[in-house]
Amino acid sequence: MLGWYTENISTYAKGVDGLFALIFWITIVAFILVMLTLILFLILYRHRSGHKAEYIEGSTKLEIIWTTATTVIVFGLALLSFPQWNKLKSPAENPDYTVQVRGEQFNWYFIYPGPDNEIGTEDDLEFENEMNVPVDKVIQLYLTSKDVIHSFFVPQLRLKQDVLPNRIIDFTKFRAQKIGKYEIPCAELCGFGHATMIGSLNVLSQEDYDSWVAENWQPQE
Amino acid sequence: MQENENLTPEHDDVHDTHDHHEGFFRKYIFSLDHKMIGKQFLIYGLLMLFLGGGLAMLFRWQLAYPEITEDVAAKLENVESRLAKPLPIIGASDEFLKEYLETGELKPKTMADRYWVNVIESDDVEWAEENIPFGIMTPAFYNMLFTMHATIMVFFVVVPILVGAFGNFLIPLMIGTRDMAFPVLNMLSFWLAVLAAGIMIAGFFVPGGHASAGWTGYTPLSADPEWTGVGWGMNLWAISLLIQGFSSLVGSINYITTIINMRAPGMTFFRLPLVIWALFIVAILLLLAFPVLSSALALLIFDRLAGTTFFTNTSTGGGDPLLWQHLFWFFGHPEVYILILPGMGIASELIPAFSRKPIFGYRSMVYAMIAIAFLGWVVWGHHMFQSGMRPGMGAFFMTTTMLIAVPSAIKTFNWLGTMHKGSIRFTTPMLHAIAFVSMFVVGGLSGIFMANTPVDIAIHDTYFIVAHIHYVVFGGSLFAIFGGIIFWFPKMYGRYMNDTLSKIHFWLTFISFNCTFFPMHILGMGMHRRRIENPLATAYTQDFEGMNIFITMSAFTLGAVQLILVFNFFWSIYKGKVAEKNPWHVNTLEWEAPTPVPHGNFAQIPTVHRGPYEYSVPGEEADWIPQAQPEPVPASAGD
Repeated sequence: MLGWYTENISTYAKGVDGLFALIFWITIVAFILVMLTLILFLILYRHRSGHKAEYIEGSTKLEIIWTTATTVIVFGLALLSFPQWNKLKSPAENPDYTVQVRGEQFNWYFIYPGPDNEIGTEDDLEFENEMNVPVDKVIQLYLTSKDVIHSFFVPQLRLKQDVLPNRIIDFTKFRAQKIGKYEIPCAELCGFGHATMIGSLNVLSQEDYDSWVAENWQPQE
Repeated sequence: MQENENLTPEHDDVHDTHDHHEGFFRKYIFSLDHKMIGKQFLIYGLLMLFLGGGLAMLFRWQLAYPEITEDVAAKLENVESRLAKPLPIIGASDEFLKEYLETGELKPKTMADRYWVNVIESDDVEWAEENIPFGIMTPAFYNMLFTMHATIMVFFVVVPILVGAFGNFLIPLMIGTRDMAFPVLNMLSFWLAVLAAGIMIAGFFVPGGHASAGWTGYTPLSADPEWTGVGWGMNLWAISLLIQGFSSLVGSINYITTIINMRAPGMTFFRLPLVIWALFIVAILLLLAFPVLSSALALLIFDRLAGTTFFTNTSTGGGDPLLWQHLFWFFGHPEVYILILPGMGIASELIPAFSRKPIFGYRSMVYAMIAIAFLGWVVWGHHMFQSGMRPGMGAFFMTTTMLIAVPSAIKTFNWLGTMHKGSIRFTTPMLHAIAFVSMFVVGGLSGIFMANTPVDIAIHDTYFIVAHIHYVVFGGSLFAIFGGIIFWFPKMYGRYMNDTLSKIHFWLTFISFNCTFFPMHILGMGMHRRRIENPLATAYTQDFEGMNIFITMSAFTLGAVQLILVFNFFWSIYKGKVAEKNPWHVNTLEWEAPTPVPHGNFAQIPTVHRGPYEYSVPGEEADWIPQAQPEPVPASAGD
C-alpha cells in the first residue's frame, strides 16, 4: 500500500516519508492486533447453551498498562516529529534563490527578483502559472494571496502551505532533487475554479535555468 | 427527586386522563412528551439523512466521470480529451450531446434529450440550464453539493439523531423520571430545529445558489459574495446554523438540568448508564461550544450584509481571515466529539447487554469520556497546521491531539475487555456495535497520521481526511445510530423491527461502506485533493480514475441499501412483531416502563439498587438483575 505514496523529490521532506512509513506500520500492527483479538473473542466467547459469561468488572492493572503504553507511543511519535516540523516550516538560512508566489482566483503568479536580486523593486518579473527553478538549490518562497485563501501544494515536494491575503508567509522553502515538470495544484477550496487552478513547477538543470534567465530577464544597466 | 418520590399512583391517573384529552396536535405535532419529541427528532434526522445522502451520490457521479480537458490530455500519453458524462436518467445522451457540439443541431434521442432541447430553446435561463446543463454539473454547483452534504449530515442528521432523538427518548427513561425538566423548552428545541432545516432547504432555491464555501465556510471566500457568486444562499446558511445553535443550546440546558436534578432515588452518578454519561458530557460540550459558532456566524453575517471586516483584511479593513478558522474550529473540534461520544455511549450499552457481562472498567470509561471532552477544547489548531498559523503552535496542537488517542484507546480496550469471557449474542444491534468498534479503530488510527504535523503536510486537504472523517462519523456514529434504533425500537414503538431485513441491511451497509471509504485512504496517499470537481484535472491523479469509479459504484450501493432500513422502520411501526416489555433482558430503567411507554413513563418511580451492568452475577439464576430490582435482603428489604 505504501507504493501508492507519490514520488518524493525534496531533500527537506525525506523525513516526512519516514514518519509516514513509521506511523503506517505502527497503525497496521495495532489494527491487526485489535482485530485479531476481537475476532478471537467473538469466536471463543460466542453464546453456547449452558455456558454463562464470567462476572468481571474490570482490571486496574490492565487499565494502567494500556494507558501507559499508548501514552508512551504517542509521545514518542510527537518527539520524533518536532525536529522534522521545525526543519520544514522555518525560513531557509542561506537561500540560493527567492521567489514570491501569489495566488489569485484561479492562477498562480510567480515573481522573480529580476537582475537586481531584490523583490519589491521595479525590475521584478512576473510569470503566470510557470515556476522555473534550478535543481538542487534552496529556494525560499514568500507566499501571499490577492483574494481568498489558496494553498500552494507540490505533492512530490511534500510541500503544502496555505496562502493568505495581505500576509506574507516566509517559512516555506524547498530543494528539488530531480529535473522535471511537476504540478502545483491549489489545495484549499477557493471558488468554482479551484480544481483547475494548477501551476507548473519546472525543475531545470543549472544550465537550462541560467539560459532561461538570460532569455527572459532583461539585463539592466 | 423529592417530588418524584411523592408521586402516588393517583397522581398518575391524573396523567392518564390528561392523555385522553390531548388532541392530535398536542400529541403528535406540538407534543411536550419527551418520547414523542425524541421520535420526531429521529424521523426528522432520517429524512435529512436521505437529502444529505442524495447530494453525496450526485457529486460522486461527477467524481467518477469528469471531463478531461485538452490541456491535461496534452500532458499525458494515451489519454484523450472528453466531456464529463451527464448524470443518469436526467442527463442528455452521449450521441445527442456529441452531435450538438459538433454540428450545433438538436436531434433528441431520449426523453431527457427532449427536455434539454426545451430548456435550450426557451428564452429564460432556467435553473437547470445554469447549474446542470445537459446533466453535466458546473463546478459551482458541485461546490454547493459537497458543502451542503457536509452541513446537512453534521448539523441536521447526526446531531439531531444522536442528541435530539436518543437524548430525548433515553434520558428521562434511563434515569427514572417522568419527563424532561423543561418540556416546553424541549418542544421549542425541536421546532427551532425544524425552522433551521426549513431555512437551510430554502437556500437551494435562491438566486445564486446555496452556500458553496465548504461546510467550514472559510473566510474570505464565504465573507464576500464577490468570490463565490453566492448571495443569499450563504446568508441563509449562516442564519439557519444560528437557529440550529439556539435549538441545541435549549436542548442541552434541558438535558443537563434533567440529569443533575431528576435522577430516580438511588440513581447516583456512578450508577448512570454510560450512554447517559455520554449525553451529559455532550450536552455540556454543546452548551459551551455552540455559542462560539453562533458569534462567528453573527460576525460573518455582519461582514456579508453590513460591510464590516471581521474576517477580511483588505486594504480598507483590518480583520483577519484566520480569526474565522480559530473560532470555527474552537467550536468544530468539540463538535467532532459531540458526533462520536453518544455513539460510544450506545456501544457501551449494547456490548455488555449482548455479551451478558458487566462493562469492563465502568469508571475508566467515564473518565475517558471526560478526558476526551476536556482535551477536545485544546486541539482545534490541528485543523490549521497548514493555515499560515505560526508553525510553533503546531507542536503544541500535535501533542494535545496525540494525547487524545489515549482515552480513545482506553475505550476500545474496555469494549474488547467486555467481550472477553462473555457469552456473546450476535443480534443485529450487537453486529452494529461490533462494526462501530472496528470502524472506530480504523478512524482513530488514521487520525494519528494527520495529527502528526510533518505527515499532515502531505495529506492535509486530500482524500485521506475524507476517509478519516467518514470512518469516524459514518463508520462510528451512524453504525451506532442504526444499532441503537434497532435496539430501542421495541420500547419506542412496542414492536420489533424485522430482523431479516435488519441483517441484510447491516451486511450490505458494512460491505458497501468499506468499499466506498477505504479506497479513499489510498487516494489520500496519492495526494488526490479533496473538494475538487475534476480529479482528472491534474496529471498525477490520472491513475485514480478506476478507483474513483469503484468508489462511486459503492457509494450508490450504500445509498440504495439505506432504503431497506427506511422501509423496515416504517413497516415495523405498524406491522412488526409485538415486543414484550424487556425483550433483550437488559438491566437499565427504560425497560422497567410498560410498553408502549405511557405519558409519565412509570406507574411508580423506580428505586435504583445497583449499577446498570449487573449481568451474569455469580450465584444468581438469571444472567441479569434489573437496576430497580430490590436486594434480596431478608428483613429490611427496602423500597
